[in-house]
Amino acid sequence: MARPLRHRVLPGFRLTLGYTWFYLGLVVLIPLSSLFLKTFSLSWEAFWSTVTTARALAAYRLSFGASLAAALANVVFGLLVAWVLVRYRFPGRDVLESLVDLPFALPTAVAGLTLTTLFSAKGWYGQHLEALGIQVAYTSVGVAVALTFIGLPFVVRAVQPVLEELDADVEEAAATLGASPWQTFRRVLFPALVPALLSGFTLAFARALGEYGSVVFISGNMPLRTEIVPLLIITRLEQYDYEGATAIAIVMLAASFSLLLAVNLLHRWSHRRWDARSGA
Amino acid sequence: MSIVVEQLARRFSPGGSPAVSEVSFQAPAGAITSLLGPSGAGKSTLLRLIAGLEIPDEGRVLIDGVDCTTMPVQQRGVGVVFQSYALFKHMTVRQNVAFGLEIRRVPKAEREARVEEMLRMVQLEHLGGRYPGQLSGGQRQRVAFARALAIRPRVLLLDEPFGALDTRVREELREWLHALHEQTRLTTLLVTHDQQEALEISQHVVVMSEGRVAQAASPAEVYDRPASPFVASFIGGASVLHGEVRAGRAAMGALSVAAPVAAREGEPVQAFVRPHDIKLARSLSDAAGASTALGRVERLKSVGGYVKVFLRLPTGDEVTVEVPRSEFDALGVVEGDSVRADVRSATVFVGDYSI
Amino acid sequence: MGRPFRSVSALTPSTPVLRQRAHGLQGPAFVRWGLIGATLLLLGVFLVVPLVAVFTFAFQKGWAAYGASLVRPASLAAMRLTLLAAVIAVPLNLVFGLAAAWLIARYRFRGRSLLLTLIDLPFSVSPVIAGLIFVLLFGRQGWFGAWLLDHDVRVIFAVPGIVLATVFVTFPYVVREVLPVMEAQGSDEEEAALTLGASGWRTFWSVTLPKVKWGVLYGVILCNARAMGEFGAVSVVSGHVRGVTTTLPLHAEILYNEYDLAGAFAVASLLTLLALVTLVVKKFVEWRSQPS
Repeated sequence: MARPLRHRVLPGFRLTLGYTWFYLGLVVLIPLSSLFLKTFSLSWEAFWSTVTTARALAAYRLSFGASLAAALANVVFGLLVAWVLVRYRFPGRDVLESLVDLPFALPTAVAGLTLTTLFSAKGWYGQHLEALGIQVAYTSVGVAVALTFIGLPFVVRAVQPVLEELDADVEEAAATLGASPWQTFRRVLFPALVPALLSGFTLAFARALGEYGSVVFISGNMPLRTEIVPLLIITRLEQYDYEGATAIAIVMLAASFSLLLAVNLLHRWSHRRWDARSGA
Repeated sequence: MSIVVEQLARRFSPGGSPAVSEVSFQAPAGAITSLLGPSGAGKSTLLRLIAGLEIPDEGRVLIDGVDCTTMPVQQRGVGVVFQSYALFKHMTVRQNVAFGLEIRRVPKAEREARVEEMLRMVQLEHLGGRYPGQLSGGQRQRVAFARALAIRPRVLLLDEPFGALDTRVREELREWLHALHEQTRLTTLLVTHDQQEALEISQHVVVMSEGRVAQAASPAEVYDRPASPFVASFIGGASVLHGEVRAGRAAMGALSVAAPVAAREGEPVQAFVRPHDIKLARSLSDAAGASTALGRVERLKSVGGYVKVFLRLPTGDEVTVEVPRSEFDALGVVEGDSVRADVRSATVFVGDYSI
Repeated sequence: MGRPFRSVSALTPSTPVLRQRAHGLQGPAFVRWGLIGATLLLLGVFLVVPLVAVFTFAFQKGWAAYGASLVRPASLAAMRLTLLAAVIAVPLNLVFGLAAAWLIARYRFRGRSLLLTLIDLPFSVSPVIAGLIFVLLFGRQGWFGAWLLDHDVRVIFAVPGIVLATVFVTFPYVVREVLPVMEAQGSDEEEAALTLGASGWRTFWSVTLPKVKWGVLYGVILCNARAMGEFGAVSVVSGHVRGVTTTLPLHAEILYNEYDLAGAFAVASLLTLLALVTLVVKKFVEWRSQPS
């Protein structure tokens, strides 16, 4: 690395560098490495058969399917909520603006308990849905509902700042060129929001994949039907099947790391393409 | 395609002071008209009212004789270049220029030809595939022009188009705009706070102050015969001398200049003197003419090819004089010297104006 | 996973002045009111009603029953354990957060971007996996399992495991909130303090800390909320020994599974209040850090 290092006049470099790596290693790196070490103690065949049992495959299907559905729903809801919060003024707006973060702040178990009670057959929502022949609690629909709840803020908070920073000028320019409000939204505003929507989508999807607390109550936890991957890991652990738990955890971890890598690449790509100045 | 504005008024908050009021002027067809004034004078609001980005509370806007006061902006056929350029940053240069044509459903072949023509005109044909983020400020500015011109607008509205650029690029683009206008002969309205810019490239100047028109005339007229003390002081960096009407002349201490005919004896006057309308001389004895005063050199400031001399007159007023360097060297004055100032021309206003 | 909250420094004032728009610039009114209506319905169903439901369910048997279910020994023990975990996890991660934010904001060094990525790791790991790694380390078949058994130290299914899991999942919160604030502030003032003869510590305490205090407060509040509310990771290492290794969220789960709905929601209502306090503090910090 030939680039000049910034001057280190400010004191504390060695101390903070040492402490940061030490604490990071102790709290995060060493514990996490135990997962990888454990994986290496498995033979490839054992690993493969563990992560491809019918029960595991059903769990992946449910976790990925419900997370995908929830993340997609969040793209629609998130865009709607962000648009309304940024563009319109109406009574109660400030309260809603703060409340959007509730799914982040509310302990997941509370969310799980509450949603399950609301959507159960006799619950506030469940009784009406039941009358329509729709069952939510203890089905894969319930899993998707819970995951939509906890993922709601991701897209809103990703889109909102971008929407706020869009200059009024750009919309006005589109109007002077003849574009109607709808054409302006579709051709000028929406494309500018796509990177934020994608990154919100990916964050919500990654979070949903690993989510546990808000889902276990509403899912019903029936093997092969409503058992999510994190629950399967716990089940394996409770049977003292550390190898099985580790193998499935590695699959999950690989999935969420690739998703977060995708977000980072996306950020870099859109930044380089739209915001880079060629220093003219 | 003239632009006519009649009694236009717009206020942003009820009861607040109006951004624009009682504004009437005409922008002649085929000419560049400048809207000139300090920031906050209501120039941009006026431009937005004409573009249809704001709707006036009172008054009318006519483009080519057609009342379009309440016509939606999409239908006005105005080309607008925004101060911030307002380019669509997720579209390439070519896509930006094509946008208005696509909205108008211009057939593909014609559209592409038109876009290339526009890019040639703004000398960016080699950068059509770039994104705005990859261009310099001057290049972005030209993309904004190409985009506005592509739709064959009836009039061109420019909101401080060179405001965000550095001096050298500004001057280049000013030349470029002049040439472009020669080519298109499009009725153009240019909002600027830079008098140099307004006087240089426009055929008609509308000076604005506090939401009103202070004077609308040719550049020469505005410069030589300012209609109000505001215009006189805003344009040309004039110094103000205070005095009163005495014997039919505007007298400022020993110095006096011709006053308007209607002036009554004893009325207060203000005389505006441009920095190059005063000639300095060393010999104090030779105080012959009435339009001559003695002054003390308070400060000297060398600005490139000329020297700014700050003189204090016996009446207490301070005047700024610009002396070419060679002349200054011959004069050989230093700070603290007394010199003779001959006022060659001044604009006099009678009455208690406050600017 | 991912960054839960928008950091304070990244917040633009959330109420920009709306320009009055000429017609032609704004869509028709029915679209506007339709969109607002849809948003109100959505947020009502998903956020407001559940919030109301928690307290309704908690008080369904009256105030007395509510109070009684909170002062039961098992509930009090759960509160104590929850507080203990937070009291240990928050200061540890606060000190780390300040050190790491200072390091990353003020110096350019080899491995800086790697460090940034690694700090985010606990956000991208499922809570269940966060629990699992401690079982793999300290469980009976774990790396240190035999040694711990010999020395009669219990980590898993005991309080230390719960504390460790809590420290892990709350690890990035403080640094993630303080870092952007510190980066935005620059180091001019620190350099000025040094030229005036202040020591490094003095500079940190009297120049740096006051500048970033709102970011620190917000980070601490978030860290605390997660520490007290964590469920998945703690659930894995707890073993659910009632009155011994149950935190408040685990206690709520146990009550729910025993069909004590009012009791479960009484506990849940405490955690909900915590969440509401967090939201209020967030609003306050945003308001304080806005240039007025």
